[in-house]
Amino acid sequence: MATFFGEVVVAPSRAGLDEEEEAREETPEDREIRRELEKKRCRREIDVLWTWKSGGRAEEPLVCSRFIVAIGRNAAAFVSSFILDSVCWEVVGVVKLWNEWCRTSSTTNVLPTDSFCLFYRLISDPTVLLCQCSCYVAEDQQFQWLEKVFGCMQKEGLQVTILSTCPVADYKTQESTLTLASPFLKALKTKEFQEQVCCPLLEQPNIVRDLPAA
Amino acid sequence: MFVPCDRGGDSSASDFKGFTLLMPAVSVGNVGQLAIDLVISTLDMTKVGYFYTNCLVPMVGNNPYATAEENSTELSINAEVYSLPSKKLVVLQIRSPFIKNKYRPFCETLLSWVKSSKCARVVLLSSSHAYQRDDEQLLGTPLRYLLTPDLEKAVGGLMQELNWKEMEKVAAYPGINDTDKVLHIPGGGITKLLFTESCSKGIQMAVLLKFCSEGDNIPDAFLLVNYLNEWLQLVKTEVSTSNSSTDPSSQWKIPSSWRLLFGNGLPPALF
Repeated sequence: MATFFGEVVVAPSRAGLDEEEEAREETPEDREIRRELEKKRCRREIDVLWTWKSGGRAEEPLVCSRFIVAIGRNAAAFVSSFILDSVCWEVVGVVKLWNEWCRTSSTTNVLPTDSFCLFYRLISDPTVLLCQCSCYVAEDQQFQWLEKVFGCMQKEGLQVTILSTCPVADYKTQESTLTLASPFLKALKTKEFQEQVCCPLLEQPNIVRDLPAA
Repeated sequence: MFVPCDRGGDSSASDFKGFTLLMPAVSVGNVGQLAIDLVISTLDMTKVGYFYTNCLVPMVGNNPYATAEENSTELSINAEVYSLPSKKLVVLQIRSPFIKNKYRPFCETLLSWVKSSKCARVVLLSSSHAYQRDDEQLLGTPLRYLLTPDLEKAVGGLMQELNWKEMEKVAAYPGINDTDKVLHIPGGGITKLLFTESCSKGIQMAVLLKFCSEGDNIPDAFLLVNYLNEWLQLVKTEVSTSNSSTDPSSQWKIPSSWRLLFGNGLPPALF
């Protein structure tokens, strides 16, 4: 593809390909490199640590009736401002992870500007769990997060509510987003969710991606 | 990997014995995926399940094939399976890119699912970078096919009758040695991997691909889906009675999710 200045550049593909993945014969050097990369990849493992269990690992599944997940800084700030307080909620877990964008630690004493992923339980009803996740969970860690967090829970009768935000500029609509009154709420729900939704459903062709989608 | 929609009940909806599995490769221009959208939308196929996989970037939205308010609220995710038993057709749609280093695990799991569900054959819709064509490929049709040896025996003759062109192999070491030829599908995503694995596992697979570039790939999708239709005859080819030319898009139904592919409306303040 020729640009305005005449040089030829390779246009990136929307299909998101990585040509280096093509199957090649592996030499001993390739194997060594792959082993080193695997070691680095272990750093991308996620640890979910529950505070009430000795050793920090929960063995029995947590009985949970409602699970609220706030993903991203805006949603995390929302729950901090309007829901969480130290009287009614107690910290019960933390996710420790590392990726190129952020690192979280196992400390539960965090500042609003830190990257963190904490779990809280409602003291008056311990089956109500809330997760505040202000850190970015990378593509290759999202599934792992999902399995490790939900793997600790008893999922019968569980209602999950996910709170997240997206830029208005990403919203696809017939008119320009400049004239759209924002912020505005949209929802997606599974067919098992029978209650009334408090806002309109997200219209096609809009989609949700990353951890909220997972 | 495959999770049927109706978990408790009737399992015949996910019995694919003898069916043709139609699927896209996530490739340049997303042409295969667009073509699959046309097939699912036109044939009004029923969703029978999805793939629970950690190999694709997660995404979720409402029903992309919605035709009315009532059917627009069904959730849709990144890898879903649709079926049309009357045509013995099962279709897999992939809606997001692969996560790094997950190509191979996905291909392996997919092919073992193909074997365990006893699909008769797999048809993979794909595309390849148009700018990588050689002088001969620049002329004539931009559509190509590939067949695994097992499928070649069954339908090789039909491809000759349809006058289709087989994907050419290229020199492994161009300029140095022109005798060693290899299959090279630049921009094809998992196409080559799936094809070579199918050859070695004795799976009947056909690849149908189009040379194209990134841009408005809707016309490419129509060409590819019509190419597929020449063989599988999924929809009747209509010939317009008022003039002798056939509109390549007339028999396919564009899904509602194809709206706004190139952005929102313009702000009036711009003018």
